[in-house]
Amino acid sequence: MRVPLSWLAEYVELVPGTTPEEVHAALVEVGLEEEDVHTFEVQGAIVVGEVLEFVEEPQSNGKTIRWCQVRVAPEGETAADGGDAVHGIVCGARNFFPGDKVVVTLPGAVLPGPFPIAARKTYGHVSDGMIASARELGLGDDHEGILRLATLGIDAPVGTDAIKLLGLDDAAVEINVTPDRGYAFSIRGVAREYAHATGARFRDPVEQMSPAEVSGDAFPVEIRDEAPIRGRVGSTVYATRIVRDVDPKQPTPPWMVARLKLAGIRSISVLVDITNYVMLELGQPIHGYDLDRLRGGIVVRRATPGETMTTLDGKVRTLHPEDLLITDDRGPIGLAGVMGGADTEMSDATTNVLIEAANFDPVSIARTARRHKLPSEASKRYERGVDPQIAAAAATRVAQLMVDLAGGTADMGGSLIHEAPVREAIELPTGYVSGLIGVEYTDDEVHDALAEIGGTITVTDTGFEVVPPSWRPDLTGRADLAEEVARIAGYHRIPSVLPVAPPGRGLTRSQRVRRRVADTLAAAGATEVLSFPFATEAENGRYGSVDGEPVASVRLANALDASTALMRRSLLPGLIGAAQRNRSRGLNDLSLFEVGIVFLPEPGRTYGTPGLPIGDAKPSDDELAELQAGIPPQPRHVGVLLVGDVLTKQPGQAAVPAGIVDALDAVRQIGLATGAEFEFAQGSHRALHPGRTAELRVEGRTVGYAGELLPALAEEADLPRVVAVVELDLDAVIELTDPALEARAIGTYPAATQDLSLVVDRAVPAAAVAAVVRDGAGALLEDLHLVDDYRGQGVPEGSKSLTFALRFRAADRTLTAAEASEAKLAGAAVAAERYGARIRE
Amino acid sequence: MSEPLEITEHAVAAAVDAALAAIASAADSAALKTVRTEHTGEKSTLAQLNAQLRNVPSDQKAALGKLVGGARGRVNQAFAAREAEIGEAEAAAQLEAETVDVTALPSRYRAGSRHPLTLLQDRVCDVFTGMGWEIAEGPEVESEWFNFDALNFDADHPARAMQDTFFVDPPESHLVLRTHTSPVQIRSMLERDLPLYVLAPGRVYRTDEFDATHLPVFMQFEGVAVDKGLTMAHLKGTLDHFVKSIFGDEAKIRLRPSFFPFTEPSAELDFWHPTFKGGARWIEWGGCGMIHPNVLKAAGIDPEVYTGFAFGMGIERGLMLRNDVQDMREMVEGDIRFSQQFGMVV
Repeated sequence: MRVPLSWLAEYVELVPGTTPEEVHAALVEVGLEEEDVHTFEVQGAIVVGEVLEFVEEPQSNGKTIRWCQVRVAPEGETAADGGDAVHGIVCGARNFFPGDKVVVTLPGAVLPGPFPIAARKTYGHVSDGMIASARELGLGDDHEGILRLATLGIDAPVGTDAIKLLGLDDAAVEINVTPDRGYAFSIRGVAREYAHATGARFRDPVEQMSPAEVSGDAFPVEIRDEAPIRGRVGSTVYATRIVRDVDPKQPTPPWMVARLKLAGIRSISVLVDITNYVMLELGQPIHGYDLDRLRGGIVVRRATPGETMTTLDGKVRTLHPEDLLITDDRGPIGLAGVMGGADTEMSDATTNVLIEAANFDPVSIARTARRHKLPSEASKRYERGVDPQIAAAAATRVAQLMVDLAGGTADMGGSLIHEAPVREAIELPTGYVSGLIGVEYTDDEVHDALAEIGGTITVTDTGFEVVPPSWRPDLTGRADLAEEVARIAGYHRIPSVLPVAPPGRGLTRSQRVRRRVADTLAAAGATEVLSFPFATEAENGRYGSVDGEPVASVRLANALDASTALMRRSLLPGLIGAAQRNRSRGLNDLSLFEVGIVFLPEPGRTYGTPGLPIGDAKPSDDELAELQAGIPPQPRHVGVLLVGDVLTKQPGQAAVPAGIVDALDAVRQIGLATGAEFEFAQGSHRALHPGRTAELRVEGRTVGYAGELLPALAEEADLPRVVAVVELDLDAVIELTDPALEARAIGTYPAATQDLSLVVDRAVPAAAVAAVVRDGAGALLEDLHLVDDYRGQGVPEGSKSLTFALRFRAADRTLTAAEASEAKLAGAAVAAERYGARIRE
Repeated sequence: MSEPLEITEHAVAAAVDAALAAIASAADSAALKTVRTEHTGEKSTLAQLNAQLRNVPSDQKAALGKLVGGARGRVNQAFAAREAEIGEAEAAAQLEAETVDVTALPSRYRAGSRHPLTLLQDRVCDVFTGMGWEIAEGPEVESEWFNFDALNFDADHPARAMQDTFFVDPPESHLVLRTHTSPVQIRSMLERDLPLYVLAPGRVYRTDEFDATHLPVFMQFEGVAVDKGLTMAHLKGTLDHFVKSIFGDEAKIRLRPSFFPFTEPSAELDFWHPTFKGGARWIEWGGCGMIHPNVLKAAGIDPEVYTGFAFGMGIERGLMLRNDVQDMREMVEGDIRFSQQFGMVV
């Protein structure tokens, strides 16, 4: 909402010289947030001039200019710029005559742009200023020619300050109006709030009007809502007034044009301008009909299925049975509260006007505005609630202005339907406000604050009963009243008191583990990224499916980009995207990770719920269970991607390129951080290299994959051939891992170490051989790890030689070499039995 | 085979002199080793003289034995001294030779980093767990009931359109990408015992275009406390403590009247710090208020018995204010240079 200060000052005491910034600062205290300041951006010597004479001079470019002598100061005086009383000015426009009063911008003045005016040589003359058009002054769009003051109905003495004369010295504050404060979409409402903020005296414009004159049924209106929405009748208040014999071509006075302009509304014609002006002033949307185009009386009703109408923007609209309509004998003439109809709108041929000021149900208007995508100044106000008590006053105000400014005569007749429901009183127990706000307000303070906002207060045995003012539909409960008291008294009075929470248990295990995973991966050299979780069909199909079976995805109905309308099933596409971006910026060696949610609906299942429980009571356990069951699974994954070199080439050190080895190390790091014991098995995933994929298991359950991307996918993503990746279900890992480790006694007797080389078929995984050796060697074996995988001379074709280093230790004695050898051979024997392993000497 | 040597003072002295001269002239441990073999080894003069002791008459044995023994002792002592001298010099030379340019050594360590947003989120959580609060989480694809209805957003109220919502297809399923972390308020109130002091951090979604100050996906944290006798003063105290914990003791907060469907009274949280870029001033950082009675009712809590407060702030904005990040896009593009300037610390 933009509020011109001159207008605000009509209804609240505004100390002269108050700046827009000061008004903003005051309004913010009561909850109207500052947005901007608007001015006409004109300054300097801009005065009323009189064209004395001119000479038309055709130019070689085909134009004809006028070399004008313009009087800009009374005879014998100096002009506002210090120059002569008569200035010679070149003018390109030809819509004026000698004797016309015009607006002259003298050298030194500045027009919006900013466009500084200076004396300059042009078309063979020194043009000592400029004769301005309405558009150049920022007053309107008219650029047909210069502004002749006579067309505005103005005749002011030569030399008069035109900035002041045209209202261009005004400024508007723009404020953000929260959805509960519909009344602040009016000068009336903002003036009241300014009074609350500063204590300045407020003059209610409505009280200054005399709605009493509207009576009778001079124009027939009927409200016939046969299908109220949520039990609320579409219209409860409907006031009309008739004004006859208006001159629709009268110019709108400049003060009104200037105020509308500052408020963000373009001047159209005097009749339309007046309806907009009163809407801004009082917050009551007004519609004006060309009375002579109406047939019969008005009926307010819902649309019938299939009914259509042409709105005044020229569009034919198919109506919905919930749309509330204004109709006459021939059909719809307005989409109530949203937009008028084309057939009956006021035009420059209108002489008799029917003014409508009505109150419509917020829900009905909101739905219609959304349905037809027609948010308007009117619908914006209706959706938030318009004061139901001001319709008649507003209609009268419009009628009065049409009489004053468009030369009409007000028909004393009109009509008024007023069936607005009576507001119920809110009970406000003594102490409630203090108890909620934490400030000890006296009863008087509470009373006075609520009276100041317009409440009607009755003192009862237990406190107050408060009927909120008609313009505050948002005040429905005692908490609302508490806010009003706190706001009027000032939020600055609220002290700062730290509450003492009962002892908490710190982070949950899952929260601790997730944080540790991120810390561990970062400490081990990976950089955390946060990708947007939106995905394409191809991404979810490739990376979100292990074996290529079709998968289900959560799909957005209104995605920002239609190609990424799915929620990700995998973290890998996001990591790949981040890798591409880094590489495009010359960063080639990357180790990235992300801990984030993926969205894994099950195929064939429907999620969500067909309806929703009503909001203001706790749903039943069944309803809650249904809501919960309708939420698709969203586990937290961890993903890692490595590309380029993990160790770069440095003095004395060759580069070490990233590969599956690093992916598996990342899994080990995650194992360290989670406490999980990962098993690696030869695996297969449709997005990964068939020979370089490890399936990751915890407690026998598959929790993810590590390996290298399929080279074709890497190439498609514009990445090098080898891209090492990991993705695993972190929630599952945490769930499968028992956090309580039982400590083993640490043996202090000497260890015996021995190597064991076994020749096995190449197809046998090393981990499988290690596992059986470990089993066979028994309790004395403390540690076993693979030190060599040899293929070549001395080993038969198709076989490999695996060398393990074994460390034996007994808990209670020093082991002999013979005991260690015996255990080793026992391990080898199991390997021989299971995999045909032979000891290689 | 040469003649057996005769043990004479002269012979012994000559052998000793020769040995000492050789020891002194040995330049390194290898040379010293050769000298040792020559002058004390089995074939050395001194060894041969020593061997002759077997053949001397018994009345001379003691005197000659002392003569030869003393000579061997002197030589051995000289060896030991020279050996230590050479050893020290050689050790020093080796250290000298092993000197490297510590500024040109390779590194086998890779620098990684956390993302500053998640780091800041962790810090925020720590402030609240330090006060005894617990951390709650909820789904990002959420039922409209939790995201709107339970939070007192009327289906037709303009406030519902105020938040630009991503809807899950089909819209009739009533699933949305949560527009704020507030649904976790409801989940916490439904699931946990009272009194309740909970912080809910997480990702939220709005259909905002992607630019320097808007992200369609961003992070919030939501605080909610429900207890007997909680007032707006407690809300202010909590926010005051929080802001000072994160930004230092000079930080201040201010509450301004505002509107949110799920709180009444409602306030905007403004935050002041002396070191803001562009000068000390008030900057808006979030919304808060006393939990609306309808919201308590939706969670089955009697508003006549309990009151509560709630607040919500954006982590991105916190990072912008705290660390002077100018462009929000840097936070989500995944450029490693952005995260790496923070390392593991925010």
